[in-house]
Amino acid sequence: MDFNFTEEQDMVRDGLSRMVREQYDWESRRAAIASDAGWRPEVWAQLAELGILGMPFSEDVGGFGGGAVDAMIVMEEFGKGLVVEPFVPTVVCAGGFLKHAGSEAQREEHLSAIIDGSRIFAFAYAEPRGRYDFADLETTAKKDGSGYVLNGHKAVVIGAPWASHLVVTARTGGDRRDREGVSVFIVDKSADGIVTRDYETVDGRRASEVYFENVSVPGDALIGDEGAALPLIELVTDEAIAAQCAEACGAMKVAHAMTVEYSRQRKQFGVPIGKFQVLQHRMVDMYTAYEQSVSLTYLATLKLEADERERKRAVSAAKVGVGQAARLVGQESIQIHGGNGVTDEYAIGHYFKRLTIFESEFGNVDHHLKRHVSLA
Amino acid sequence: MNLEFTPEEKAFRDEVRAFISQNYPAHLADFGMREDMSPEDMVAWHKILGEKGWSVPAWPVEYGGTGWTPTQRYIWSEENARVNAFMPLPFGVAMVGPVIYTFGNEEQKAKHLPGIRSGDVWWCQGYSEPGAGSDLASLKTTAVRDGDHYVINGQKTWTTLAQYADWGFFLCRTDPDADKPQEGISFILVDMKTPGVEVKPIKLLDGGYEVNETWLTDVRVPVENLVGQENKGWTYAKFLLAHERSGIAGVARSKRGVEKLREIAAEETLDGQPLIEDFDFARKVSQLEIDLAALEITELRTLAGEQAGKGPGPESSILKIKGTEIQQRLTELTLEAVGSYGTPYYGSIANDTGSNEYPIGPEYAHHSAATYFNMRKTSIYGGSNEIQRNIITKMILGL
Repeated sequence: MDFNFTEEQDMVRDGLSRMVREQYDWESRRAAIASDAGWRPEVWAQLAELGILGMPFSEDVGGFGGGAVDAMIVMEEFGKGLVVEPFVPTVVCAGGFLKHAGSEAQREEHLSAIIDGSRIFAFAYAEPRGRYDFADLETTAKKDGSGYVLNGHKAVVIGAPWASHLVVTARTGGDRRDREGVSVFIVDKSADGIVTRDYETVDGRRASEVYFENVSVPGDALIGDEGAALPLIELVTDEAIAAQCAEACGAMKVAHAMTVEYSRQRKQFGVPIGKFQVLQHRMVDMYTAYEQSVSLTYLATLKLEADERERKRAVSAAKVGVGQAARLVGQESIQIHGGNGVTDEYAIGHYFKRLTIFESEFGNVDHHLKRHVSLA
Repeated sequence: MNLEFTPEEKAFRDEVRAFISQNYPAHLADFGMREDMSPEDMVAWHKILGEKGWSVPAWPVEYGGTGWTPTQRYIWSEENARVNAFMPLPFGVAMVGPVIYTFGNEEQKAKHLPGIRSGDVWWCQGYSEPGAGSDLASLKTTAVRDGDHYVINGQKTWTTLAQYADWGFFLCRTDPDADKPQEGISFILVDMKTPGVEVKPIKLLDGGYEVNETWLTDVRVPVENLVGQENKGWTYAKFLLAHERSGIAGVARSKRGVEKLREIAAEETLDGQPLIEDFDFARKVSQLEIDLAALEITELRTLAGEQAGKGPGPESSILKIKGTEIQQRLTELTLEAVGSYGTPYYGSIANDTGSNEYPIGPEYAHHSAATYFNMRKTSIYGGSNEIQRNIITKMILGL
């Protein structure tokens, strides 16, 4: 057992932490998310240059041979700065599918483009009626000669407005909600028949509703085996959950620190409000929830390579614990900031918003508590 | 970073498991289900471990510690939890022992450490007073220098298992005129057989006698029983509390408790189905397991920090808060699981029949209420959880 980071990992963290501090100061982020694009391709290019986008990939495809712990380190720093650039959809999700199930040719085509920053992915898995069930799919992919024809509607596809490519889940067989018959495709977003409707998300990112109308894709768009993708989807999304738990830890750490600092400055009844024991204990409970979240994030991250049941239990435990902590820390931060907390001008509200949305991504607390129970 | 055991650690686990299965007294297995332990029972495992050299694993090697890594210590507690072993009482091993080897003089080390290691000398803690619990610094018991003795007067309370103690460590006020209440307190070792020491048991909610009032009337203690410097006892007391808290999380034991809870909930039924299959109940168990998993890693992180040379610091307050909350929820949920058979007062039934074989209800229900009542103490003792929050407020948040 070992909780130490390698020297290399410490270096990555330091470099990234500096970059986030410099590029992601509060005003710069505000300007970026309010811009037409809603993000900064130059930041993405810088991440590629620093090697961050290639970190979790093996050296033979141009990566740095890192793994889940490296992704955790990156995401924690991103969480501290509320970074909006699409690391999870592109590197963790699309990269994950390619890493685990991509053919030689698919890896060759896409991975180097992910690593050098030239190709952005979004992960189109959710549907209007599917809630958090990856198998509850109405999108279909019908065999057509050597290729497939996609039809359906994907909901709230994070980062899709910036993406050149989509990873899409669709049903190639079976009935709605069957575990069998689910497949995954990589689709060029400019393909004929794809219509998107783009919008801002409440936590400062961009997303799209994506409609597929008789979209023809070639046979080699399929990743892995036809109809057998559900375990693969669960593996990749577990990796994404672990990464986002780390992001939430980073955001909670900053939200908590801001709140403690605010309580030192803000005076009421002639004393800093941080002198009131009732507020002190609430900030301690936030701190404790944060530390417990870090522990659960470690556990989930380190169990990603364990057998399926153990992995799912650890990831669900993290999603539950970190989700509850995210809600507690977010809400209490606002409360202790008082009226200022509910203004757009103060940064704390934006941490609160990100932490709120984190909770429902890839399944909320109730969903994962249920999954944890079912794996007892 | 990784959570896997190395081959050496696996070998260590096998060695430990074999040792426990061959040596742990069979009649004490799953001690939590039996509240009728004798004092001999309570030190039985301690003595066996003393002979093996494993009774004080966390101490420095020069004082008899094992030199185990944090992982080995974790394996050790896990393996003991498998049989729900009754571990050595903390008063000597985790409390006064570390104070003596850190702040005591050579004579004190030579005199006291061997008895703590072997389990031959039973220690108790004299901190709390009727008017000074969580506000420990307001304690009033005095120790007045008289030649080469201190004369101690005062009343201590909540002295756990003092009815069996050979020695006690007491906080006494040696300078009543000190500027701050924390100053002018000394840490003094007292032979419990000294004339003037009187121990009166307090009956608790669960019907048991675990704690006592300890009266000290003109108790004459030789000055060589002062640990460290006169009037600096508060420093040692704080050090001790941090040590106490690092073992207080009770993770391994709670894990065993959750297993037991699952066993009970598989036996009990609701609407004709095993209780554990009821989603409302099952989710409470899962929530508990999740919080416990977080605590386990938090404790391991703390242990790893300790290994890297950071003493148990204010972070151990987190272990106290979360560990005790989990213990309380576990016993609460266990009482909930047993249903109606949590209601009978088994103490009265035992008295009626003169036997420990209760004719009423399933065995696992027998002490569920008593244990739940008893565990309310955990968020109060060792510095209440509110005090732990004050410590984090000051030491970590800097407020």
